[in-house]
Amino acid sequence: MTTNIRYKSRIPVKTEDSAEEKQYVGFATLPNQVHRKSVKKGFDFTLMVAGESGMGKSTLVNSLFLTDLYKDRKLLNAEERINQTVEIIKHTVDIEEKGVKLKLTIVDTPGFGDAVNNNECWKPITDYIDQQFEQYFRDESGLNRKNIQDNRVHCCLYFIPPFGHGLRPVDVEFMKALHEKVNIIPLIAKADCLTPNEIKKLKDRIREEIDKFGIKVYQFPECDSDEDEEFKQLDKELKECTPFAVIGSNTVVEARGQRVRGRLYPWGIVEVENQSHCDFVKLRNMLIRSHMHDLKDVTCDVHYENYRAQCIQEMTSKLAQDNRMESPIPILPLSTPDAETEKLIKMKDEELKRMQEMLNKMQQQMHDKD
Amino acid sequence: MAAMDVDVFSNEEKRNLSLGGHVGFDSLPDQLVSKSVTQGFCFNILCVGETGIGKSTLMNTLFNTMFENEEASHYQNGVYLRPRTYDLQESNVHLKLTIVDTVGFGDQINKEDSYKPIVDYIDTQFENYLQEELKIKRSLFNYHDTRIHICLYFIAPTGHSLKSLDLVTMKKLDSKVNIIPIIAKADTISKSELHKFKIKIMSELVSNGVQIYQFPTDDEAVSEINASMNAHLPFAVVGSVEEVKVGNKTVRARQYPWGVVQVENESHCDFVKLREMLIRVNMEDLREQTHARHYELYRRCKLEEMGFKDTDPDSQPFSLQETYEAKRKEFLGDLQRKEEEMRQMFVNKVKETESELKEKERELHDKFEQLKRMHQEEKRKVEEKRRDLEEEMNAFNRKKVAAETLSLSQPLKKDKDKKKSVKMENQSGVTASNSKVMMAKANVEPLNCQSWWQAIQCCTCLVHNAAWRPAGLF
Repeated sequence: MTTNIRYKSRIPVKTEDSAEEKQYVGFATLPNQVHRKSVKKGFDFTLMVAGESGMGKSTLVNSLFLTDLYKDRKLLNAEERINQTVEIIKHTVDIEEKGVKLKLTIVDTPGFGDAVNNNECWKPITDYIDQQFEQYFRDESGLNRKNIQDNRVHCCLYFIPPFGHGLRPVDVEFMKALHEKVNIIPLIAKADCLTPNEIKKLKDRIREEIDKFGIKVYQFPECDSDEDEEFKQLDKELKECTPFAVIGSNTVVEARGQRVRGRLYPWGIVEVENQSHCDFVKLRNMLIRSHMHDLKDVTCDVHYENYRAQCIQEMTSKLAQDNRMESPIPILPLSTPDAETEKLIKMKDEELKRMQEMLNKMQQQMHDKD
Repeated sequence: MAAMDVDVFSNEEKRNLSLGGHVGFDSLPDQLVSKSVTQGFCFNILCVGETGIGKSTLMNTLFNTMFENEEASHYQNGVYLRPRTYDLQESNVHLKLTIVDTVGFGDQINKEDSYKPIVDYIDTQFENYLQEELKIKRSLFNYHDTRIHICLYFIAPTGHSLKSLDLVTMKKLDSKVNIIPIIAKADTISKSELHKFKIKIMSELVSNGVQIYQFPTDDEAVSEINASMNAHLPFAVVGSVEEVKVGNKTVRARQYPWGVVQVENESHCDFVKLREMLIRVNMEDLREQTHARHYELYRRCKLEEMGFKDTDPDSQPFSLQETYEAKRKEFLGDLQRKEEEMRQMFVNKVKETESELKEKERELHDKFEQLKRMHQEEKRKVEEKRRDLEEEMNAFNRKKVAAETLSLSQPLKKDKDKKKSVKMENQSGVTASNSKVMMAKANVEPLNCQSWWQAIQCCTCLVHNAAWRPAGLF
């Protein structure tokens, strides 16, 4: 009875009205309700930046979020970096804009690619990402699910140095190790050392190499066919521009009568937010203004689900090995049985066959002699 | 002027004489110059830096020509050096220029061995020169000197500090070659950052004891400019072979949407300084340093390694020939000794293996004898059993006949007896067949077994399978 009353109060009850309002149900207000609730709840976003030292990662993050996250940072000398290991450092800030609260976590990876021997330098990073997935998995499977902290990494910005001719082996290996765990967005760092022609050549090269090595970077979702032409055009331009060539700046300079973020050179001023200078604006729009939620969705629906499925498979295969009987839970079919046990089984089979043959022969002989 | 005692070997003080007129030996430098010009000069540059950092472009810009170069790929397995020799001419001066490129430097994931090919290459060039110098019939004036006179080390413009690979490599190279560090692609660093960057790099080099090339300040003509240039190290350069129209001139520059970086503009980058220092002022000094310092160091180390010394324990100067003889004798002696040792070892080993083999043979023989004996035993026992069985069979047959004759007179007891007899027959039949098999095996197996182990196995399994167990054996 109570539920009926509640529903009734939602529907606008008007007895003598025009025909239109009689047919108006009212769930067109749902988007507003979603909006209201989400503003109240607040958002969170975890962004990882990875790349060698000196690629401008911190500067770009500061430019993106218009704050200074890296006060009093200590940089290591070259000799200290010869044998450096990769660390994971998290910075969390709460920022607010027009009533919308965002809890932004930046995961930094100092030391990546800096040592002389960089074998498996991406291992701490993959371990960190797996850890966050594991923690979320445990929380999700727990009894009290009210306050789950979502620390999963939603996006990884990978900075490719512009000084080379394309991707280097360490870039390829890093992206291949991470492309199934997190959304990777490759960026060309410090793009102010490349002329427009060079940028185009480098972007083509990098796209080619990404295809060649089978790296799955984050793909923008297709826009619906009922969007207007302008939006579709923008979307197409966005997709053709990847990887974005970005420039970051911590300083504000005076250019064309305005104060803008930029870099001052003797031969000119590079404006960070000028579309003809670099793709910073495109990156910011894509990352923050239009695709932030899609990045979160892909992380939750694709990467996390893959991790979860894999985790569960491993757990059940372990169970099957430990107890030899039918477990009450239906066991998922093992996709790849252990190579070792297969070999052992084969060997034992062969031995058994041989013994069987010998026995048969002897019996035969006995019969014959009989 | 009285004739002086010309004693070349005395250690007396040399006196300064004043000339009464123009003798004319002030033309000696000119003679030297004309000789050098006719001979031609040669200069070897080694460019060390990551792939794509701008080494080839800078060389093109420096020498104002297009050396053919393909772009290197990032996926080389290791570092290898690519030397290319060009003949250049400017007015009447010929220059044989060799540019050595490091391909694949800094691309591998594990860069611990990246410096080795470079050091090996430099050492090889020194070695070649040393070999030529030590030859009996040598032609040093004709020799194409491939020793590296200058190493341009390209530092990536990160803006923070040197990379760890840079530090390690420069430390390995600083005692072998003149190093000039350069900041490549400097149009990505703004002026204030550049200043900090240069200071950081120099302080890191100094604190790690890396000796880079200092422009010489002992010659008054160039000391001032060299001193000032020393303060500008490392040079921040930009290279370009494309020409851009600026104002009413066409200059070599890079065109950006926000401006044009002119290569030869001193306020834009240090390219002009580099060219001055490297080519116009100090080229000859670089060659001298290479020969007098680095090459001599290499030579000394190499010869000391081989056992040569300048002075023996009594502080008397050694002569090279004597040392050669001594070395040769030593070497031959060593050789003979080693040969002897090896021969001894070989002989010993042969003896050992022979004795081992003999042992094994003896063991096998013993085992075989034992086996044969066991077989004989078995055979005998089996024979006994057979005889017993035969007796039993005969007894049974007789009983059967007796029983049959009895049964003819007593038909009621037939079935039971038949069953019993059938059972007994079966049993004896089985045992008979078993014994037949055993006998067959006992007759056949020992001769057909491929190894004594198989023979034993056959025996044991037969004995196990038999319906009876002879007491005492197992």
